[in-house]
Amino acid sequence: MEHRASVIENLGEVRAMIKRHKRNDLLFAGLGLLCLMLGLVTLMLLFWQLIADGYPKFTLDFLTEFPSRHASRAGLLSAWTGSLLVMTVTFVTAVPIGVAAGLYLEEYAPKNWFTDLIEINVSNLAGVPSIIYGLLALGLFVYMLGFGQSILTAGLTLALLILPIVIVSTREAIRAIPVSIREAAYGVGATKWQVVYDHVFKYSYGGILTGVIIGMSRALGETAPIITIGALTFIAFLPPAPITAEPPFLNFEWLSSGFTVMPIQMFNWLSRPDHAFHINAAATGALIIVVTLLMNGAAIWMRYKIRKNIKW
Amino acid sequence: MANVTTPIKAEARDLNFFYSNGARALKGISMPLYENKITALIGPSGCGKSTFLRCFNRMHDLYPGNKYQGQIVMHPDNTNVLDAGVDPIEVRMRISMVFQKPNPFPKSIYENVAYGLRVRGENNKRIMDDKVEEALKGAALWNEVKDRLHDLAFNLSGGQQQRLCIARALATDPEIMLFDEPTSALDPIATANIEELMVELRSKLTILVVTHNMQQAARVSDYTAYMYLGELIEYNDTDKIFTTPSRKETEDYITGKFG
Ligand SMILES: Nc1ncnc2c1ncn2[C@@H]1O[C@H](COP(=O)(O)OP(=O)(O)O)[C@@H](O)[C@H]1O
Ligand SMILES: [Mg+2]
Repeated sequence: MEHRASVIENLGEVRAMIKRHKRNDLLFAGLGLLCLMLGLVTLMLLFWQLIADGYPKFTLDFLTEFPSRHASRAGLLSAWTGSLLVMTVTFVTAVPIGVAAGLYLEEYAPKNWFTDLIEINVSNLAGVPSIIYGLLALGLFVYMLGFGQSILTAGLTLALLILPIVIVSTREAIRAIPVSIREAAYGVGATKWQVVYDHVFKYSYGGILTGVIIGMSRALGETAPIITIGALTFIAFLPPAPITAEPPFLNFEWLSSGFTVMPIQMFNWLSRPDHAFHINAAATGALIIVVTLLMNGAAIWMRYKIRKNIKW
Repeated sequence: MANVTTPIKAEARDLNFFYSNGARALKGISMPLYENKITALIGPSGCGKSTFLRCFNRMHDLYPGNKYQGQIVMHPDNTNVLDAGVDPIEVRMRISMVFQKPNPFPKSIYENVAYGLRVRGENNKRIMDDKVEEALKGAALWNEVKDRLHDLAFNLSGGQQQRLCIARALATDPEIMLFDEPTSALDPIATANIEELMVELRSKLTILVVTHNMQQAARVSDYTAYMYLGELIEYNDTDKIFTTPSRKETEDYITGKFG
């Protein structure tokens, strides 16, 4: 009888303890949610503010007009084409170089102090302030290589900036592939290149793509390095068209053209005393955010589509 | 000991193996694999069974710093597969492997089986179709998958996945097939299927199977090797190992006194 009483008493204690622990669980979950909300709500408010302020400028004209001294007539044409062209250069250079570097480091490089050093440096590069890249580019691309203050220079600068992101995400995507899959491929007599091409690359490109898009959306909003290399803030012309009507149909003169990009245009409008320009700036900011969100959404969607067939 | 008329398919000769950290995982192992026979490797966990098995297809080459010493000679050509001058890819084309956990590629059933052929540059669709069918039949999987060859391999059950891996290893007509605890991740029914399959495959090729399950060794194998701490303690006909082992250590292990 005594024994039974003590069992019941014990059980009461255990239940009280579980209750206490559950309360702590709840408390922490609530705290986490609060922190998350703080960040999210702040962002939403900012975004909402931009939309509310820029609303009058959500017109097609805004995209087809050059900047102007008159706020009401000023548009984004040269800025968004500039962004598009600069991003094209960035994409075409950063993706192949970054993916190849990541593949090499993961699959081919011998593991020694030298590759360790490279690895640490690549990770660190991701944390270097972007204006430093601007300074480097000013010296290297603008003066040493003589590319001038051009779309080419800007694209290459941003490519350098996002290279660590592309490399790191490539390596992470590759590392997620289990050893057993590699061994299975080697086991039937595949060469290293066959393993890399038929398996490693195919199973990791969802992750690689995500990294590329995140890098590109970072590049889209970068301002400091572009200002450093001397982007113009007032451009009322378009670079020569990349595609022409006559053979050879492609024209690369645009690479050496002066340019502006959306964040710089925004910065420029914001620094005007005339309040009317601030509407333009807000509309530009909203556009940049929307494009960035769309890019990230696309990344999530593509990763989902690709990962759906891969379970490990 | 072994029946003298049975030809030897491969033999380890004084084989030592060192992992990159310097650990000596195999200590002077000499042992034959008889042609069209099943040889089982038993022994407590960590005694070097997988290490030994993976020497046969040079799997250790994938990781830098590992070192082989001694020989594994294949017959009838007398090739020492561990020779630095022999390309590990050639070895893996002759000796295929089935792993502990089913590891199909995230590709279709068809592509899984066809991969070994693709690696060899085969791209004639007719030949490929025939070989895939033959391999799936050989792995007793054809009837279950013939209507969904282009489904993802991941949609198969664990036992089916393991048979798919056997089909993949079979498609390229290897001379020897290595199994590393092929049923340890499977339920009893799937295990029975795989065991039956191994016995059937014996007529086509030579099998070396690692198992931690002594009953399995007794059920399927013709010869059994007992390993302990990287050494080969005893090698003999399976019947003899399980009825009249000559070494005390072997007896202790198979009677469950330790292990
Ligand atoms: N990659 C490795 N590096 C160093 N030592 C290893 C490695 N893999 C296995 N070993 C060691 O080699 C010994 C044999 O391992 P293993 O062949 O996997 O044993 P078994 O398959 O019989 O369980 C063990 O002592 C294990 O710790
Ligand atoms: Mg093992």
